[in-house]
Amino acid sequence: MSKKQIVYPYIPNSVPAVKDAMLKAVNAKSVEDFYADIPESIRFKGKLNLPEPFLSEAALTRHVEGLLSKNQSTRDVLSFLGAGCAQHYVPAVCDEVNSRSEFLTAYAGEPYEDHGRFQTLFEYESMMGELLNMDVVNVPVYDGFQATATALRMAGRITGRNIALLPATVMPDKLSKIRDYLKPDMQVELIPFDEGTGLMDMSALKNQINAQTAAVFIENPSYLGFLETQAEEIGKIAHANRAIFVVSVDPISLGVINPPVEYGGDIVCGDIQSLGIHMNYGGGHAGFIASRDEEKFVMEFPSRLFGVATTSVEGEYGFGDVAYERTSFAVREEGKEWVGTAAALWGITAGVYLALMGPQGMEELGRGIMQRLRYAVRKLNQVAGVKTRFSVTPHFKEFVVDFNGTGKTVEQINQALHERGIFGGKDLSAEFPSLGQCALYCVTEVHTQADIDTLVNAIAEVTK
Amino acid sequence: MHRIGLIVNPLAGIGGRVGLKGSDGIETQRRALELGATPRSPHRATLSLLAIAEPDSPLEVFTAPREMGETSASEAGFVPRIVGEIHSGATTSADTQRIAREMTSLGVDMLLFAGGDGTARDVCASVPEGFPCLGIPAGVKIHSAVYAVNPRHAGELTQLFLAGKARLRESEVLDLDEDAYREGRVSARLYGTLHVPYRPLMLQNQKTASPASESRQMEAIAANVIEHMQADVAYILAPGTTTRAIAQALNLEKTLVGVDVICNGKLILQDATHAQLLDLVSRIPARIIVTPIGGQGFLFGRGNQQIGPEVIHKVGRENIIVVSASSKLNALRLQPLLVDTGDETIDELLAGYFPVITGYNEQMMCKVSV
Amino acid sequence: MKHETKTHGAARAVAPKPALRRFHQARWDEPIIFELSVAGQRGVLPPEPEAAIVETAGDVFDNLPASLKRKTAPELPEMSQLHVLRHYLRLSQENLGVDLNVDVGQGTCTMKYSPKVNDQLARSHKLSELHPLQPLESAQGILEVMYKLEGMLKEISGMERVTLQPGAGSAAIYANISMIRAYHEARGEGAQRNEVITTAFSHPSNGAAAKVAGYKIITLPPDADGYPDFDALKAAVSKRTAALLITNPEDTGIFNPRIEEFVRLVHSVGGLCSYDQANANGILGITRARDAGFDVCHFNLHKTFSTPHACGGPAAGACGVTKEIAPFLPTPTVEFDGAKYYLDYNRPQSIGKIRPWYGVAPNLLKAYAWIMSLGADGLREAAEIAVLNNNYLLHQVLKIRGVSAPYAQGKRRIEQVRYSWEQLASDTGVHSEEIGWRAADFGTHYWLSHHPFVVPEPMTLEPTESYSREDLDEYARILNHIAEEAYSNPEIVHTAPHNSAIHRIDQESFDDPEAWAVTWRAYKRKYKK
Repeated sequence: MSKKQIVYPYIPNSVPAVKDAMLKAVNAKSVEDFYADIPESIRFKGKLNLPEPFLSEAALTRHVEGLLSKNQSTRDVLSFLGAGCAQHYVPAVCDEVNSRSEFLTAYAGEPYEDHGRFQTLFEYESMMGELLNMDVVNVPVYDGFQATATALRMAGRITGRNIALLPATVMPDKLSKIRDYLKPDMQVELIPFDEGTGLMDMSALKNQINAQTAAVFIENPSYLGFLETQAEEIGKIAHANRAIFVVSVDPISLGVINPPVEYGGDIVCGDIQSLGIHMNYGGGHAGFIASRDEEKFVMEFPSRLFGVATTSVEGEYGFGDVAYERTSFAVREEGKEWVGTAAALWGITAGVYLALMGPQGMEELGRGIMQRLRYAVRKLNQVAGVKTRFSVTPHFKEFVVDFNGTGKTVEQINQALHERGIFGGKDLSAEFPSLGQCALYCVTEVHTQADIDTLVNAIAEVTK
Repeated sequence: MHRIGLIVNPLAGIGGRVGLKGSDGIETQRRALELGATPRSPHRATLSLLAIAEPDSPLEVFTAPREMGETSASEAGFVPRIVGEIHSGATTSADTQRIAREMTSLGVDMLLFAGGDGTARDVCASVPEGFPCLGIPAGVKIHSAVYAVNPRHAGELTQLFLAGKARLRESEVLDLDEDAYREGRVSARLYGTLHVPYRPLMLQNQKTASPASESRQMEAIAANVIEHMQADVAYILAPGTTTRAIAQALNLEKTLVGVDVICNGKLILQDATHAQLLDLVSRIPARIIVTPIGGQGFLFGRGNQQIGPEVIHKVGRENIIVVSASSKLNALRLQPLLVDTGDETIDELLAGYFPVITGYNEQMMCKVSV
Repeated sequence: MKHETKTHGAARAVAPKPALRRFHQARWDEPIIFELSVAGQRGVLPPEPEAAIVETAGDVFDNLPASLKRKTAPELPEMSQLHVLRHYLRLSQENLGVDLNVDVGQGTCTMKYSPKVNDQLARSHKLSELHPLQPLESAQGILEVMYKLEGMLKEISGMERVTLQPGAGSAAIYANISMIRAYHEARGEGAQRNEVITTAFSHPSNGAAAKVAGYKIITLPPDADGYPDFDALKAAVSKRTAALLITNPEDTGIFNPRIEEFVRLVHSVGGLCSYDQANANGILGITRARDAGFDVCHFNLHKTFSTPHACGGPAAGACGVTKEIAPFLPTPTVEFDGAKYYLDYNRPQSIGKIRPWYGVAPNLLKAYAWIMSLGADGLREAAEIAVLNNNYLLHQVLKIRGVSAPYAQGKRRIEQVRYSWEQLASDTGVHSEEIGWRAADFGTHYWLSHHPFVVPEPMTLEPTESYSREDLDEYARILNHIAEEAYSNPEIVHTAPHNSAIHRIDQESFDDPEAWAVTWRAYKRKYKK
């Protein structure tokens, strides 16, 4: 018996009669006619060895939900994981907007068909601009790693120099990305940090900076959660040496923390996952790069920059690409790095988030995170054998907990915490061996007093 | 109040309509008229003027008399101010040159001219360096980059320029040797440059290289070439804006349409002749830096005949450095470049592929055909 | 017909409904969001910390230096929740998603239907609220999806391993060139091999990404038939060749039948071959990267494998590599030990990280679900129908006055075609971009070409398997209508769009540093003082 002919719901012309009629219309005997240019020697013979499909949507759903049910989400347990990807509350309107077909399934239309995309991304740039006090913000790049790597390359192009100075507290994964991306044209040198405060070793900075330094880079907050309180001084040293001061920030801190431009930041970059985007197992990232509105900076952005303009109708706004000829879209390899599909919808989402939060929301949220963090720090320091590191330095959202005094490894502690329904902080023992058994913890507005107390009690229990 | 000048070459394009290749020369024009050709350039100039619609900012139009502009302006509804004198029915390129000079001295903001490559040459020879000009295309063959795409665009560009919304770009004026052309041979030459308004096209997808990006590209090409320059080697720079950019990057002033020679960072020959070059290459090691001439994409044999086959032979194929803005290669649709040195052996030697430097560390592998 | 039509018919003054859709986009005249701000309004309230927290924490700014304390609140809009939502919904109505239109006009982009069920599945908190560092035993489901998706893409490409880490297609191109660089370095040929060869019709990111990776770029022009010029490749290859980066079929929709010779030639000088499979939609199950000898390849999961394009991302790229290149893959890889899935970081030759964590997980899930809904037969059906649709549309479009399909005359195309309106432009003065603006009046997208415009007055159409014959007929009718207008009433095309949310944009400011405005604050500074 011949195989049952399947008509695929996603493929309307898989109806046999339609297919035949269309072949006839173009004078083709079969679809093989269209593949005549593909030589026999490279034709794939037979059938791909793929799993049997779930042809009905019902069966597919059952299968995929079955797989997903093997996961335990941060809604199922109490999580204190961060390391640059944090659990924040995502307002329903954020998901409502980014689930709309009109946005979710659009792509690269022109400003006339896709005015909405252009306006929402311009508004995203603009709201980020308010948060950062800067006039130029790009359409998102892939993630904060990419934003930093590109910001450093921009500094290299602007200065014509080839060394980037980075604090030794940068996340090793991020450092790996930066090194790979800068490799052919720029070197990365690390500035050691003070073991007591976490802050940059200023004498080392003064020692290492020279006429080849393109950029001095800091993170505020740092990967380890503390705020670099010497930022202003670092910026001055960078500028005295005609280097660009590049600062990475967590934008959700900026309701209370000063934007870098106020302490000398020339190029500011970071990740917007915190602004209304789910963690998505690490798939919720998007990067931003911002600068002052000076041609020498703007012309070095690889990304698209949507600008506002007038139209032929008085009072109407339209949008388009600013300085498009910077981009690889316009001039291929002659452009600045490259531009392509990246993370636009997350930019739109972050815009929705900032509009919902408003100035007051961002202020309250930032303060609340710092309060929870300090509460957690104070409580944890009361646990025998447990102390937090770099505590003299102000922190935002993340902090390092030192378990060296407990005689237990972070791995053991995290195992025990998981058994109690808690995801403990990230184990830093491999990334920063000098810290011994330390873990990076993250608290945000989603954590209640009870959550933090539960954590503290559980840690006390498992480190006993 | 804005002032524009308009010069119409009434005989431009007249040959094309009756199957003659081009309209240069009194004899050709006479034959064209005999064959019943009617001038089309006056009407095209009218179309351009009609497209300059800016009622709130009055526009004063200066034109040459009658068929050389007055008629077109009147048809478009202007009352033009007349400049110069002509003999109707017997206008010449000298009229264009004389009236163009007069207009620029009368303080027009910009000069519009309707015609073809010959008209552009006349204007080029008459206006001061950097004077804003724009061509309304009316000729049979247009190789010069100083013409708008069509009459309507010429009008729109003019309006944008007058409103301060368009910047100027330096563009090449090219022309053919029409005697050779009628014999079936194609030959383009670079005669100079004019500064024409540039409009960023309406949509990013169709944006072509802007003046700024073109000059960045030329700087990148120059940097690439200079980085590999060696001491005590003579670099023969063929005509063109791209080769000129190399000299400029070395702070040297190169003749645009002539052949200059650089050695150890100094200009050692300017506007060199074939004999001078031949003498030079027989004494010291030399390289030739050449760029295709727009229009047909001739690498050798058009506009750079000073670099004759004997010179090329002495220098050797491997010592030829080809440079070009990628926009120029794209305008040629990436079709093969041509050579016609007058020596078939040398032409054969040049055939094949050259890596054309299009930017810093960027090359297009271009084919050269005989 | 009832007589009332007659009695009341006199009032029917409008013309009958025309054959073409009378599309008109929503026009909400929506202000810039800042103009909607009302002091004091709130959109959401953040959860307040409990009193004990506030009390214990004390003044959290007490040790913050003045330089780090924000002095004035950011001037974000202040809006109630409904007003935020309404603003964005109105703007969404001024945006044309695939779900709404016959989206065959965005050639090279593979605009196919992204099944709603996959979006719904990916929104589960069992994926969206997963942290990338949570214990592996708590993430077995998503790791299994990633492992199995790799397996399926291995089969589809014929490659040994696949990484799912890149954030999109261009990032995947970069990852590939970075691995190629590491491969040559490991063999001590890193410095020697400093040239990358690509083609004029390949995606611009091939040259651009290789340039970032430090390479000199050599571009091959097309030959007279539109194929990359093989003799030019011969002239270009040498001991300096690191790699050939090539697309096949290229954006012309023409498959290069000599691709094996290209690969062999590059291999013969010690170079590697990287296959940009952005145009894979017509060849799934028909021909595979490895079968043609490629060393690395990449897919765009947001194109070929249906994940939504999301206004330009989040997207996902996947790089396939041979056994020889596998040691250089980004860390970590997803492995299976027979009982559980885990992440392998112990990869000493790896290029390291391309992006944070492991890839764009929701997109990986959607691509997985899409393949699982089709299977091997379904994938091949998708490819074949995409190609059938393209050749059917080609047939219809070529009936239109003023259009042509340059190169390879009389030959079929794979999944897309680069057309030229050169004839129409020369006849009527109407340019391709203007046809695009007019196409917007009928509720469709339209795209010209990547740069450079080697094909004059270009238009690139790619009708994927998602569109019906009626859809294709409608698109062809729209183009035909516009072409007829160009010949009979060009002004209507010159002045388009007429039915869009907005009118012709003044472009001049975008290239002028004094006039451009990338943010509202810049606009206010430059224009409103």
